[in-house]
Amino acid sequence: MDFTLNEEQLMFAETARTMFGDNCTPDHWRKMMEADVAWDDARWNAIVETGLTLVLLPESAGGLGLSEVDFALIAREAGYVALPEPLVESAGVAAPMLAALAPDHPALADPAATIAIAHPSNPFVASADRAAAILLEKDGETYVATPDQVVLTPAPTIDPLRRLFRVEWDAANVTPLGKGDWGLALDRAALFNAAMGLGLAQRSVDLAVEYAKERQQFGKPIGSYQAVKHHLASAQVAIEFAQPVVMAAAADIARQDAHSRARVSHAKIVALEAADKAARASIQVHGAMGYSWEVDVHLFLKRALALTQSWGTPAFHRARIAHRLFTQPNGPDQTFARDAAIRETEHA
Amino acid sequence: MDLSYTPEQQAFRAEVRAWLAAHVPAEPLEHFDATHAGFEAHRQWENTLKSGDWGMVTWPVEYGGRGLDLIQWLIFEEEYYRAGAPGRVNQNGIFLLGPTLIEFGTHEQKQRFLPPMASGEEIWAQAWSEPQAGSDLAGVRATATRDGDDYILNGHKIWSSRAVFADWAFGLFREPGSERHKGMSLIFFPLDAPGVTVNAIKKINGHVGFAEIFLENVRVPAFNRLGDEGQGWHICMATAGFERGLMLRSPARYQVAAAKLAQLWQSRQESADPMLEANVIRAHMNAEAYALSIYQTASRLMAGAKIGPEASTNKIFWSELDIHLHQTALAILGPEAELIPPPGEHDWLDDYIFSLAGPIYAGSNEIQRNIIAERMLGLPR
Repeated sequence: MDFTLNEEQLMFAETARTMFGDNCTPDHWRKMMEADVAWDDARWNAIVETGLTLVLLPESAGGLGLSEVDFALIAREAGYVALPEPLVESAGVAAPMLAALAPDHPALADPAATIAIAHPSNPFVASADRAAAILLEKDGETYVATPDQVVLTPAPTIDPLRRLFRVEWDAANVTPLGKGDWGLALDRAALFNAAMGLGLAQRSVDLAVEYAKERQQFGKPIGSYQAVKHHLASAQVAIEFAQPVVMAAAADIARQDAHSRARVSHAKIVALEAADKAARASIQVHGAMGYSWEVDVHLFLKRALALTQSWGTPAFHRARIAHRLFTQPNGPDQTFARDAAIRETEHA
Repeated sequence: MDLSYTPEQQAFRAEVRAWLAAHVPAEPLEHFDATHAGFEAHRQWENTLKSGDWGMVTWPVEYGGRGLDLIQWLIFEEEYYRAGAPGRVNQNGIFLLGPTLIEFGTHEQKQRFLPPMASGEEIWAQAWSEPQAGSDLAGVRATATRDGDDYILNGHKIWSSRAVFADWAFGLFREPGSERHKGMSLIFFPLDAPGVTVNAIKKINGHVGFAEIFLENVRVPAFNRLGDEGQGWHICMATAGFERGLMLRSPARYQVAAAKLAQLWQSRQESADPMLEANVIRAHMNAEAYALSIYQTASRLMAGAKIGPEASTNKIFWSELDIHLHQTALAILGPEAELIPPPGEHDWLDDYIFSLAGPIYAGSNEIQRNIIAERMLGLPR
């Protein structure tokens, strides 16, 4: 039993944090919004050069062969800068799925290429327009297409740094790949969105703390008033009790049993609740400024809203937790339990 | 990260489970705050625990413990709550003062006080708050006047849990004339010493769970001072760190309650408000999140980290989850919620009433939010 991260994991996360900190600043967000774009070539190149797109790919496919724990730490940092590019969808979900089905697919050969994924739980697909490949599902079969083999219709979203598309397609025009583990894809996406939620939440709190130290009313910084302090402390509590759930979900995701799925769902629900709570607290602490386009908090509110409802709604995830709670043994000795039936199979 | 128990940890769990199965009383004991007999029955249970060397497993062997690590401690607690073993009547001693003594005490003090604490021979109360010093603990007025090798204690302490029946108290006193955080010392005194008067205070559940203590020229040896003279505030804050951070409220307590709540829901969902299912699931999630957080903290501490201001987030989280969980149970019970349950049945009502104290004791949640804002987030005082 060891709940700590190793040196390599902490260093890789630190590298990602520094890279995002340099390449995804408030200045970058504003320029992108002015230009009405959600993609920055220079930043994506930095992401690729840092190796972030290779983390979850197996070494046999030219990847780093690292774990979901490693990628969750990176996703958290991506959330902290409200990263516009689809690093999580592509490198965290679609690329490892494609690698499992078609390790020689040309889209995997180029570490700068992005891969989109049209999961049945999502009616909209993020960044499908610039993808080198789009993963599709029909009747349990997996297909892969290029954007020109499908019909993409933009679905405008309130998040100015996110691009969504409806995808229509005909099985006759795309390439079949076999079954595909869409359950694992959903778990990875939910987990990494939860990790992004932790980053979104912490940034919302940090922006408010910075403002509350500077902004003076009644002759004192507003951050010295308890009403302000308590908003932000409550948001921080939500973050602190989502974080270990996210890390535990990452550590056990590969089990794919009722327990591991419930934990991923738990992480998804509470991390994005923390993101929403923190964003709203941050807006409140910023006062009228918080309601303006000038202050960047709205980006974190909007991303939290987007991620909360994608990759399984809160109701979907709550049902998975209910399944674990009402069909598996409960109690203090069951925190790290595995599904009894699966355990017996493994021992057989 | 590796979230699986080692074979040694699994064997330890089996050992604890077997011992508890053979020793936990079949009939629940009367509550230790309800009557003197209930208190003494719990003292007897502490003695039984000690006979199996289970008094306080994390303490060094030479002071009555087993020298186990924090993961083993969590496993012990999980089995303890799972077995429905009696509440720890000496919790102020073993969970709060004990760890503080181990950190700040001299070898002689540890030898003198820890073994009888682990065996329940000496049961401890906390004597920090005063009528004028609650959340503002630095406002204590009780004094310790040095007289040769002794201290003369005077003052009025209040809200001391267990003090009605306990043997010893650890109190916060100041050098006469000193102000605020300076000049304070943490000093132990016997509750039956000449000059000590203990008056019971009834809690909202009718139990005499806490007391006020009057000290009039109470003479104790300077040996009873923990740490240096004037170091009292620092030591109190360290004690509060243990209290909020790890020891006081085991996650297992809430996991057992959440599992019982799930059973209650399943047995009554035909007649209960369907909206309550989401609350039942939430109670389970909260208990799990708290357990995971504590496992993470235990791992960090074993890797050499220290408890910091983030301990305040724990105290807010467990106290709020406890209320939410019990409110959900009462909502499922509907019109039966207000009924006093027959002996032997799970007492959701009394546990609910007790949960309401959670946001108040061990530093009110308002104070905890101030600590988080100022010491974790860096907001100005």
